[in-house]
Amino acid sequence: MSRITDLQKNLFGGTASNARQFGMISTLVAIVLLFQIWTDGLTLTSGNLIAVVSQYSYILILAIGMLMVIVAGHIDLSVGSVAAFTGIVVAKAMEEYSLPWPLGIVLGLLVGVLIGAWQGFWVAYIGVPAFIVTLAGMLLFRGGNQYIGNADTVPVPEGFRKIGAGFLPEVGPDTGYNNLTLLLGAAACAGVVWREWKARQTRREMNADVAPLWVTGIRLAVMLGVIVFATLRFAGGRIGTSLPISGIILIVLVIAYSHYTRNTIGGRHIYAVGGNARAAELSGVKLKRVNFLVMMNMSVLAALAGMIFVARSSASGPQDGLSWELDAIAAVFIGGAAVSGGLGTVSGSIVGGLVMALLNNGLQLEGVGSDMVQIIKGLVLLLAVAFDVYNKSQGRFSIIGTLTRPFRRDDPAEPAAPPAPASDADKAKVAG
Amino acid sequence: MSPTATTLLEMRSITKTFPGVTALAEVNLAVREGEIHAICGENGAGKSTLMKVLSGVHPHGSYTGDIVYRGEQVRFGDIRASEQAGIVIIHQELALVPGMSITENLFLGNEPRRRGAIDWKTAQRRAVELMEEVGLREDPDTLIKDIGVGKQQLVEIAKAFAKDVKLLILDEPTAALNEDDSQHLLDLLRGFRERGVTSIIISHKLNEIEAVADTITILRDGRTIESLDVRADGVNEDRIVRGMVGRELDSRFPDHTPDIGEVFFEVRDWTVRHPSSDERLVCKGSEFHVRRGEIVGFAGLMGAGRTELAMSLFGRSYGTWLSGQVFKDGEEIQLKTVSDAIRHGLAYVSEDRKSIGLNLLDDIKTSMVAAKLSKIARRRVIDPVREHQVAEEYRQSLRIKTPGVDEGVVKLSGGNQQKVVLAKWMFTDPDLLILDEPTRGIDVGAKFEIYGIIQRLVAQGKGVIVISSELPELIGLCDRIYTVFEGTITGDVARADAEPELLMKQMTATKKSPTP
Repeated sequence: MSRITDLQKNLFGGTASNARQFGMISTLVAIVLLFQIWTDGLTLTSGNLIAVVSQYSYILILAIGMLMVIVAGHIDLSVGSVAAFTGIVVAKAMEEYSLPWPLGIVLGLLVGVLIGAWQGFWVAYIGVPAFIVTLAGMLLFRGGNQYIGNADTVPVPEGFRKIGAGFLPEVGPDTGYNNLTLLLGAAACAGVVWREWKARQTRREMNADVAPLWVTGIRLAVMLGVIVFATLRFAGGRIGTSLPISGIILIVLVIAYSHYTRNTIGGRHIYAVGGNARAAELSGVKLKRVNFLVMMNMSVLAALAGMIFVARSSASGPQDGLSWELDAIAAVFIGGAAVSGGLGTVSGSIVGGLVMALLNNGLQLEGVGSDMVQIIKGLVLLLAVAFDVYNKSQGRFSIIGTLTRPFRRDDPAEPAAPPAPASDADKAKVAG
Repeated sequence: MSPTATTLLEMRSITKTFPGVTALAEVNLAVREGEIHAICGENGAGKSTLMKVLSGVHPHGSYTGDIVYRGEQVRFGDIRASEQAGIVIIHQELALVPGMSITENLFLGNEPRRRGAIDWKTAQRRAVELMEEVGLREDPDTLIKDIGVGKQQLVEIAKAFAKDVKLLILDEPTAALNEDDSQHLLDLLRGFRERGVTSIIISHKLNEIEAVADTITILRDGRTIESLDVRADGVNEDRIVRGMVGRELDSRFPDHTPDIGEVFFEVRDWTVRHPSSDERLVCKGSEFHVRRGEIVGFAGLMGAGRTELAMSLFGRSYGTWLSGQVFKDGEEIQLKTVSDAIRHGLAYVSEDRKSIGLNLLDDIKTSMVAAKLSKIARRRVIDPVREHQVAEEYRQSLRIKTPGVDEGVVKLSGGNQQKVVLAKWMFTDPDLLILDEPTRGIDVGAKFEIYGIIQRLVAQGKGVIVISSELPELIGLCDRIYTVFEGTITGDVARADAEPELLMKQMTATKKSPTP
């Protein structure tokens, strides 16, 4: 087996979806480097990174929910409208009925739950395709936003703005950095090391091959390097800025949902439903409940995203959340989810979302008009998915497979090579 | 080979390699004009690859060796080229459009034209002729989805005739057909032979091959083992099996001493309505029981309602439940959802593992634990180490051929996929396993192993229900056989009395015969 495949397997795990993720991460790195050079170092400045996070965190939050919807085999077109509807309800409640802002957030989440239950009911229990239900929802809740807000903007109070435009406070000794952000960074480093160690432990318990220590070392070094760099950037911005609150909300959600989708029974059931609904049902998965919860969860996250957006722009307006659904869906597909459901990861979708965000940001920094930005984003989406489809048709193994094919004499033992004669020989042996 | 008949097709030392594996090694095949030529071999022996080479799916240049067809060397670049030469393959999965009529399907991609538009008049007329040729009596405007699999198969063959076929290749043509339809198809092949059409048939059903073929070529591990002349060499099933597996199979069923206990599972007055038709009942007051350690067979023609009975029991997964009770160990149990059924120790291994048995995106270990995740989870969080261990245990005890349990199930052969499904249901600790066509599309060696697994399960005191369309399988395996006809259980036959003729009679008769 070629050394390159070996290395790739060690660093990223051997499965096709990991290879895909590796490809996405490389693309992300390439985009960052490209814009870093093109903008003379503007992309990776503290100010710009902080702006990117606060400007795109709500899209990434939507992408988490959308990933689960798409994995379950559905789609949600209503998220932008749901976000806008929640925004106006919350803004109105705080403005006209002087609801305290923490209760405003609770109200917003409640609105998300109700809308989600409404859409989930039609999708799961009546069986109307999610495309239709959420297309209707898109119109319903956009109209609802304008009806409640009289197609006008409604400002939100100072306290509420924190979740969209707030930063961590400055505490402790003057280090020249935002101390809380530094602490967060340190915690992240510890978390990464612990996770890596845990993973090695698990592999050992399974009696599986444990990657050589130097490989783990390289992985850790790269990840820690990225975290330290990011921490210093986010902590080292203008006084009074730090990693934005919305970014922290996003990170918490990513960790929680990654865990849920990867490691829990509920998460497994979502993949099972998307992979083969009938088989899942016959294995005891409660199909309707899974569909209901997935749709509901999406609306709750949309409500949250809507509130963060309103907080950031300090007012709720009739044009909020326009075409967010498309950005979220694009992020999920660029991040490697399958159109037919059953495949995709939260982390992949986040990487996909970051690719879109940095592309947007970089082009804007360069003063490229929004016409060209849209054209480029459209092409990136198409090419990313087309590349993956093409690679799959060439034998499942994605980007890395293509890169290393010329160097490979013997096909690796496990990937999709026709297993025919080898397995037959075994059969005869066993039976005889 | 008899020198009198001319050779229509000769494939000489065909070698086809995929990266890392040799699928075909120096394979030779000679087919005489106007004969029925069977190709036998276990799954993965290279039968399909050979046919793909012949039909141009693997184009000229991707293999080595020569193909001589009607005296000329041919080099097909794609399927179109081979079809133009009159070679038509009919695959196991039929390539028909369900929402189109028979006529439309017959001429799909090959429409008769007049001044740029489809000439429906000619199409209709030709369709009637073609249907006549294959003995299909249906209105040519009937939609494909409204006719049975057997008739769909005939439409596929008629489609081949529309293309002026010289060499007809049938890949597992009777796999999905019931006894009657299979018989009709075989008769049809004999008719073609008389009219000089040459056929190649690939099949796992050796009795059919023995009955219909003139010559049999046996492949094993990508090599030609032998070519047998059925009449001259006095070929029978055992002889073919020996060639396929390279040894004599003393018995096609493992030895088994039944150890049968008390009745523990009983169904009374089970009546279920068809999901879309108000009048049709798919189960009519069915009553049956299973004892501990007993293998109970359900015999019936296709559409008799055996799968429907099983699935309606398994958490009402089919049709509308009207009446009936289920007792386990003397107590009535409620099976309203699949989770209920699993909790009460029922397992249902479906007849169609690819479309409803497995999630083909999953890997082996994920599939195996899918029906009872709570067993490997703590506070709803799955323990990956336990999952891996469980999968490893089943891989070893069921002898699943795979490099590891992280492999995708889609890469496994049919027999190994079936073992994964069995493991998935064994993992739920069932007391009663319902196996629906457990050996469909599986080769001889793997069948033997599956039978062994079933016998191990009953030896542990579980009950097993086997639904099968192959009578010899039921007779060889089961301790008792129920016969089903149009939703009614028509007979309860003990092992000692299980003769094919008796069973067949009860499978086609409405009156319940007295139980012996």
